[in-house]
Amino acid sequence: VWFQFHNLQDLRHSASLVTKVFIQRDYSEGTVCRFLTKFPSELDNRIERSLFEETVKTLNSYYIEAEKIGGQSYLEGCLACATAYIAFLCMETRYEQVLKKISGYIQEQNEKVYAPRGLLLTDPIERGMRVLEISVFEDQGSVSSSPSSSMSLAGGSA
Amino acid sequence: MKNCEYQQIDPRALSVSPSSAESHPGKTPPRPRRKWEVFPGKNRFFCDGRLILSRQSGVLPMTLVLIVVTCGLFFTFDCPFLVKHLTVFIPVIGGVLFVFVMASLLRTSFTDPGILPRATADEAADIEKQIDTSGSSSYRPPPRTKEVLINQQVVKLKYCFTCKTFRPPRTSHCSLCDNCVERFDHHCPWVGNCVGKRNYRFFYSFIVSLSFLTSFIFGCVIAHLTLRSQTGESLIQAIQESPASTVVELVICFFSIWSILGLSGFHTYLVASNLTTNEDIKGSWSSKRAGEEHGNPYSYNSIITNCCATLCGPMPPSLIDRRGWLSLEEPIPAASTLEMELPTFAEKNDAEMCAQSTKGVLERAVHSLDFHKLCLPGSPKTTPMGLEGSGSAALSPEPSASAGCAQEPSLRSVVAPCPRFSRGNQRDSLHSVNPAFRLASPSPSLSRAGFVLEDAPEVSFVPLP
Repeated sequence: VWFQFHNLQDLRHSASLVTKVFIQRDYSEGTVCRFLTKFPSELDNRIERSLFEETVKTLNSYYIEAEKIGGQSYLEGCLACATAYIAFLCMETRYEQVLKKISGYIQEQNEKVYAPRGLLLTDPIERGMRVLEISVFEDQGSVSSSPSSSMSLAGGSA
Repeated sequence: MKNCEYQQIDPRALSVSPSSAESHPGKTPPRPRRKWEVFPGKNRFFCDGRLILSRQSGVLPMTLVLIVVTCGLFFTFDCPFLVKHLTVFIPVIGGVLFVFVMASLLRTSFTDPGILPRATADEAADIEKQIDTSGSSSYRPPPRTKEVLINQQVVKLKYCFTCKTFRPPRTSHCSLCDNCVERFDHHCPWVGNCVGKRNYRFFYSFIVSLSFLTSFIFGCVIAHLTLRSQTGESLIQAIQESPASTVVELVICFFSIWSILGLSGFHTYLVASNLTTNEDIKGSWSSKRAGEEHGNPYSYNSIITNCCATLCGPMPPSLIDRRGWLSLEEPIPAASTLEMELPTFAEKNDAEMCAQSTKGVLERAVHSLDFHKLCLPGSPKTTPMGLEGSGSAALSPEPSASAGCAQEPSLRSVVAPCPRFSRGNQRDSLHSVNPAFRLASPSPSLSRAGFVLEDAPEVSFVPLP
């Protein structure tokens, strides 16, 4: 089995970080939060293209939902205005609710898809929505691992 | 090969610390700190990070005093008379307006305007790699721009040397707060904060409600004097009865009305066309640009939709996470770890440092100009403009006159990149990364606003060894 089933905590402490891949924002639709679905070359042999694109597309759809200008956002806006914006102090906005869903989704993706492949997604909100950061760790279960990686493994798992 | 027991870990709790050698200078502090305590921008925080204000809080105290004093005088001296002679709703309406004005003002001042946190060192390194700096180290690297297509229109994204990231569209770097702010409108000294994506609606409701309040108080004071003079006393006697309050209120309201009404009108126009003050002043989407089809790519081409999108759109969250705890391994944002970056960034460091030193020169020039150009509503300086422009005060064609706030944003693009200022290249700015010495986007507004900054970059600054 080429893929080792990693504990996320293990990934962080014992696996050595090879590089970080940054998926940049896609501004073709304006200032709406979207990420490029272009597959980065560094992930070529780490994850299937379709899985990656699926993740990014789902994230994009979540952000579109958060920033949608429609009935609920108007209601929120008018209610808040009527209460001299004191309402914003008390209630959780729709955007925040969707952000919670997004972090849940990212955690789920990390557990199911990315951690087993030695990758880790970082929620864009932690990077100010600038980038989607993917940390690439050394693949510990890899047959083709070089001696240096096993040495780093020994050194890192203290 | 070890068998791992699978556990649920919250990815948010994981901050993958890079293996490259950047860390806190010195030992880690014994007590856990919140992120606002190490925030790199020029901001002040209150209530343990809940409230944020610009370090240059400008004349916010004066704004508060003016509003409170005027309303206080109104409620004390005019209301009793008017309640007796007119209606009891006068103080009620006044009270409601006052509450609205104060709430909007405080929300505008203490809300994060949409500050973009600075890039982490890894991100900055990644962007560095992607930019082709094919120059020798004898001259500074060219300023960086990236072009994107938004609604079939080419928009240039500029690289911010302070925040080490390409600014999203409509984002601008405020020199007073030293932050990139999304959908940057302007830095308002009256409010003591930048006005950006997250607090624009509060700002707009502040100026609109303030217009109503000042007009209301003005009308009530006039009504008060009129009624007094009708009940047998002459006008002079009526003024003498309550000298201080009436005169003070009249003076304050009279001058405020012109500027605030003008400002409200101007911002209503901006809201209806989905523009920011910054874009309007720079003329980014004006039709005067030669040869290109320039419309506002962000506009929905419907006034109602534009208004709703700007004022009633979803409220985005604050990106800077002020009250989060600083994890001990977390690297401090890129700007402060400049010195520890890898040697390959020497060229970029040069650019950063030279931008910083020139920034100092320009900032001094800006501040000296500020005091002259600042259109203070209510101050004697603006009254000639207000009076003679009274007919067209609502939508003045010269935004810098009616804007009422310092035109800081137009200068930002001059300060940020490494400057060799050549204004001749402004118009043909569709070419990306030009290895010749030229600014990313020297702002044409400089000529319009009459700032004499073209010469400032020629002031000698210490070249780096």
